[in-house]
Amino acid sequence: MKFIIASILTALLGFAAPLYFTWWSFAVTSAIVALLVKQKWWLAFFAGFLGLFILWGGLSYFIDLKNEHLLSQKIASILPLGGSYISIITVTAVTGALVSGFAALTGSLAGQLKKG
Amino acid sequence: MRIVLVILSAAITIALVYILNTPLTIAGNKTPRLGYFLSPQKGFWQNAEAAGSIFNSTVRLPALSGNTEVYFDERLVPHVYADNDADAYFAEGYLHAKFRLWQMEFQTYVAAGRLSEILGNSASASAALANDIKFRRMGMVYGAKNSLMAMEADPQTKQALDAYTAGVNAYINTLNDGGYPLEYKLLDYKPEPWTNLKSALFLKYMSYDLTGGDEDFEMTNAKSVFTKTQFEQLFPYGHDSVQNIIPKGTTFKKPGIALKLPETADSLYFNYKDSIVVPGMNNKPDKHNGSNNWAVSGAKTRSGRPILCNDPHLGLNLPSLWYEIQISAPGYNVYGVSFPGTPAVVIGFNDDCAWGVTNAGRDVKDYYEVKFQDSTMQHYLYNYEWKKTVFVADTIRVRGTADHIESLPITLWGPVMYDKDYPNALGTNKAYALRWTAHESTNELKTFMQLNRAKNINDYKNAIAGFKCPGQNFVFASKNGDIAIKEQGSFGAKWRRQGDFVMPGWDSSYAYQAVPDSENIVLQNPASGFVSSANQYAYDTTYPYYLGGKGFEYFRANFINRSLANMRDITALDMQQMQNDNYNLLAEMARPALMKYIYDSTITKEEQKYLEMVRAWNLRDDSTEFGPTVFTTWWDNLMDATYKDELEATKLPLPKVDETTLLHALLKEPNYVFADNINTPQKENFRDIVTAAFKKTIPVLKQKEQEKNLAWGRFKDGGVRHLLRIPVFSRLHLSAGGGKDVINAFSHYHGPSWRMVVHLTDVTEAYGLYPGGQNGNPGSQYYETFINKWAAGKYYRIQILNKGEMARQKNLGVITFNKW
Repeated sequence: MKFIIASILTALLGFAAPLYFTWWSFAVTSAIVALLVKQKWWLAFFAGFLGLFILWGGLSYFIDLKNEHLLSQKIASILPLGGSYISIITVTAVTGALVSGFAALTGSLAGQLKKG
Repeated sequence: MRIVLVILSAAITIALVYILNTPLTIAGNKTPRLGYFLSPQKGFWQNAEAAGSIFNSTVRLPALSGNTEVYFDERLVPHVYADNDADAYFAEGYLHAKFRLWQMEFQTYVAAGRLSEILGNSASASAALANDIKFRRMGMVYGAKNSLMAMEADPQTKQALDAYTAGVNAYINTLNDGGYPLEYKLLDYKPEPWTNLKSALFLKYMSYDLTGGDEDFEMTNAKSVFTKTQFEQLFPYGHDSVQNIIPKGTTFKKPGIALKLPETADSLYFNYKDSIVVPGMNNKPDKHNGSNNWAVSGAKTRSGRPILCNDPHLGLNLPSLWYEIQISAPGYNVYGVSFPGTPAVVIGFNDDCAWGVTNAGRDVKDYYEVKFQDSTMQHYLYNYEWKKTVFVADTIRVRGTADHIESLPITLWGPVMYDKDYPNALGTNKAYALRWTAHESTNELKTFMQLNRAKNINDYKNAIAGFKCPGQNFVFASKNGDIAIKEQGSFGAKWRRQGDFVMPGWDSSYAYQAVPDSENIVLQNPASGFVSSANQYAYDTTYPYYLGGKGFEYFRANFINRSLANMRDITALDMQQMQNDNYNLLAEMARPALMKYIYDSTITKEEQKYLEMVRAWNLRDDSTEFGPTVFTTWWDNLMDATYKDELEATKLPLPKVDETTLLHALLKEPNYVFADNINTPQKENFRDIVTAAFKKTIPVLKQKEQEKNLAWGRFKDGGVRHLLRIPVFSRLHLSAGGGKDVINAFSHYHGPSWRMVVHLTDVTEAYGLYPGGQNGNPGSQYYETFINKWAAGKYYRIQILNKGEMARQKNLGVITFNKW
């Protein structure tokens, strides 16, 4: 349950923060979520990872669907990912997820530090 | 122990964010900041515009004085309805920014010599710096500031520029880092506030594109290599049989300027001896920047009303140079194409008349050799006196590294473009100042604003009279039946060959004088029933002033005139077909001579097959024809075989010979002296080199045939390129007809950048399109909407609609601008 709450909170705050701050501001919110929602460090990491994976993956997936894969395929040729929109969505999701996961891990470990 | 894990984990997180927030260098190229770029809320995903987007919004600002409504039609063309002129131009600026911000700013960076600020740390850094130094030394900013003074001194153009700039900035102010156009995100920079100077810079860039291709240094070299006779043969003045814009036989009144050949001309100027290495002359504007325009009177049309046509030929880019728009404000409705970067409509029509432009191509860019007193360049010689040089310090900011400082010496001729510091190709201390009409304080915007509101031929004449640079052939037609054309601009009142070569800058008798505008002749309602221009000589050589010796068009010009002379009962559809005509007049004239000269007896069976392709060809540069591929390859080889030996006898860069020169010789001079290859002991004639040039095509043609690229459309490989040359943002490999010597001048990456046909019936019947799309965003479905139709030679109906009609028909959204 905590895992699901942490993931959802990570995604929600990870969406809200960049509305006002820079793109990586979700790293701060992911760390705070992990700090407040106490879990084992590896669960905190995965909750952070999953929250942003779903957020960035989901957002890019829906944007791409509405865009009919027009731009994603072009960008996936430049980056280069063989022009595959699935690849660019995956890369997007994993990129956000990795940052969030490590931020959450940091928050989680820091929280345990206080406890200890 | 745990603290170490926290620090380690934090370090990994920070490192990840840092790497993803920093441009990386991969294989010499800079990546965007990948985290930012991939962020669905900030990065490129934000530029992925939903298909079927509707562009509704409301803009409330104190800067507005009335209410403006903008309706987007089904092709995303805005129809602007404003309460006053200032609001109309505010809306135009806002729309240009909304759909074309990156391109309009990027082009002003090019013109101002500021590319290094964007690309200074990229793989293109050295090319960017070369661009910047060139444009700074050419005096682009100097010219733009001069023109801005003129534009801001005129209340009408000042108001338009101010409102336009406010509109652009109103849009920029709505953007955060997620809203920037895609290219900003790719190159990792931000838009800066728009200014009136940027609009002036954009206009100067067009002057550069249309008048910047000088060959003064190459020509100066040529006179050091060739005798005067050879020189005149290679680079003759005038085309005897061309149909001039102003017909032959026109009597010219006594010239207002009495030309006087300088006393030193024979010893200093026509010496056929001096030589210079051309400093850094690569990367010139495309010499095929030409165009077609014509108007036919009611006597030649089925409806009895005039039809006006225009297709300006320029480099074909995405986003397009053009943006289609209707502007309605009290007193006028105008429709046409605008330049993102400046207010008003540039080519188009209103409720009463239509107009269009082609490039005049006259030489308004001359170099003067400057004799400095010493290496400090503080003083230079002028009429036996030492004049003080003015220095302008110019700092080129280079992204990621130290500034580059240029100190630009200015003489009374203009900026010293080349001196010992830039570039010192010969190791001499020679210096050359540039005198260019684009440096002058002129107001071209005024002309377009007045044309937008013109009601009759007198308004047209008044509107264009102040237009100085780049010189254009303005064609005109009105609903009350008038047609007209005029080569308009500030041109040099030159004696024969003046300005072809570098001139002595210490002698004022070589100074440039401008032809009085009264001697730029208007051709109005001629008996032929039509007027036309296609970059040919405007006048024949009896015109009292020298028109320039090179690069004037012949084949499109004469074919247009021949076609129009033979046409009757013309409809708008006929005119559309004519704009897409692929008939090759060069081939018509050259083929019989080529066939006459080729040695049939030496042609092998395999070669015979390709020769037949030329013989059986219908003379049209159609996409599926093989004939144009064989003919063009053969002709290019023949140009080389005729002139390359002479032109490569020296290391000095020399000018290219015009195709008309070879054609003339082929038709009229069987013993042409340049047919001989000076590097062989025997004496070649046309029979030898025509045959050899043909045989040389065979390996190329065989290979193209194997690759299935022998058909002209595939051989030519036309395309429309993104300004950054990114292939996926471009439309490449369009298999389409056309070529440089035909009316449909679509060559490799160059061609009709806007095709327009306006039939001046009571309800205007107009058609037009450009090879691009209204939205400059590569992530929009409107990015390249018109290209397929354009390549197929088809058109959209374009029309001035009133607000009621627009509100009733299907639209793609409404933007309202209100005072806040």
